[in-house]
Amino acid sequence: MTITEERTDLGTGAGQQTAPQRPAGRRPPTSYLFMPAVLGAVLLVLWWWVSGKELDTRERARLNSDYLLTATLEHLHLTVVATAIVIVIAIPLGILLTRPSLGAITRPSIAVFSIGVALPSIGILVLFAVVWDIGFWPVVVALVIYTVLPVMRNTMVGLQQVDPAVIEAARGMGMTRRGVLARIELPLAVPVMMAGIRTALVIMVGTAALGTFVGAGGLGGLIVAGIGGGRPTITLVGGVLIAVLALLVDYVAGIAEDLLRPKGL
Amino acid sequence: MGFVEYLANRWEHLIELAVEHIIITVVAVGIATMIGVFLGILTYQTVRPRELTLAVTGAFLTIPSLALFGIFAAWPQLGLGLGATSVVVALTMYGLLPIVRNTIVGLREVDPAIVESAQGMGMGRIRRLLRIELPLAWPVILTGMRVSTLLLLGIAALGAYINGPGLGNDIFTGLSRIGTPVAVNMVVGGMLGVLLLAVLFDLLYVLVNRLTTSRGLR
Repeated sequence: MTITEERTDLGTGAGQQTAPQRPAGRRPPTSYLFMPAVLGAVLLVLWWWVSGKELDTRERARLNSDYLLTATLEHLHLTVVATAIVIVIAIPLGILLTRPSLGAITRPSIAVFSIGVALPSIGILVLFAVVWDIGFWPVVVALVIYTVLPVMRNTMVGLQQVDPAVIEAARGMGMTRRGVLARIELPLAVPVMMAGIRTALVIMVGTAALGTFVGAGGLGGLIVAGIGGGRPTITLVGGVLIAVLALLVDYVAGIAEDLLRPKGL
Repeated sequence: MGFVEYLANRWEHLIELAVEHIIITVVAVGIATMIGVFLGILTYQTVRPRELTLAVTGAFLTIPSLALFGIFAAWPQLGLGLGATSVVVALTMYGLLPIVRNTIVGLREVDPAIVESAQGMGMGRIRRLLRIELPLAWPVILTGMRVSTLLLLGIAALGAYINGPGLGNDIFTGLSRIGTPVAVNMVVGGMLGVLLLAVLFDLLYVLVNRLTTSRGLR
């Protein structure tokens, strides 16, 4: 493997599923308005299109505010619970795997984790359903397993790219290893780690949509009900709502990313 | 029936699904590479178009695959419907970002002094691009294709839900037979198949990188 590839793998493979890295520095305030405006317009068009249609009984059973709200909340519930668990597991593990004592396995494990993106999410969900059970918790565990790797990988990449000279300088000033980790390495790794968490959230919203196949509810139910029952309107509403939710979550996480970036960076 | 016995019985069927899986992934990565490298070349020198391209392809990747498959299947005016065409279009959209991003990064990393030397030697814009910039950026572009391929192998499995081809079919069949012993075998078989393909493609990319990187860069 050439040096070029090593470097690009760390540099441009880092946020594999994230939105493109923005140039350093805050975005101009007006750019924050763009995405909500687009998403709002999409929802308005969708509402206008559906309300102009004659809905039959089966369509009316799904396309009403009660049902949609419940499904959205189920969806967010899965997403939030699973993301919280992922953060609690993945960040400490990522830190552990980059400690100097484990230096020998840091790079190989980053390489192995990058193959993890090929794991089909539907496969993990269905596997848990067939060997364990259907419902909320099997889906949460499957979501966690599916998303732990990218967050761990980003934590490791973030910590690895901290300039060793900076760490050495801090050690020279008399800081303990722990102090260096808490006050130097972690703050410098925050942008990459946040990118990993943002990726995780987006993957969660998408994968939670599959929860409906294994009895965990969520907005995916609309897609399945529409395709199974020959009601494209329901499918289309489900698809658009999930897409809007994912883009919205990505947008909010993007703002959090900007706000949490350490000032000096 | 144990898993080994299951494999012994069903290997022909599994290989058939794996070949379908490879074809649909390779087709999508191929189209995404053509579009992605072209977009990268068009936009890498100008700030606004570059950011727009990255933002749009990034937004594609943000849209969950089930949602996109559902929209394609249910929106008759798009002319896609259920089946392999929808899957290929969706996979192509998902494969764009890593390739466009790495094309842009690779081309921008080329030392301006080298490009200027080429210009000084009398090379025109097109020749500079083909003989100097693209060969130097190629390893980075190839990394993008690799990331895309791995990503699409996984997403392609879900394509089976809208009647797409590939190993996902066994995963969904396994789901429909939940509670029977063969269900676990089918799901594990489908998943291991996808992972095996991922490892094989990863090795293939190492090989292709060796063979196609300009000799001066190795």
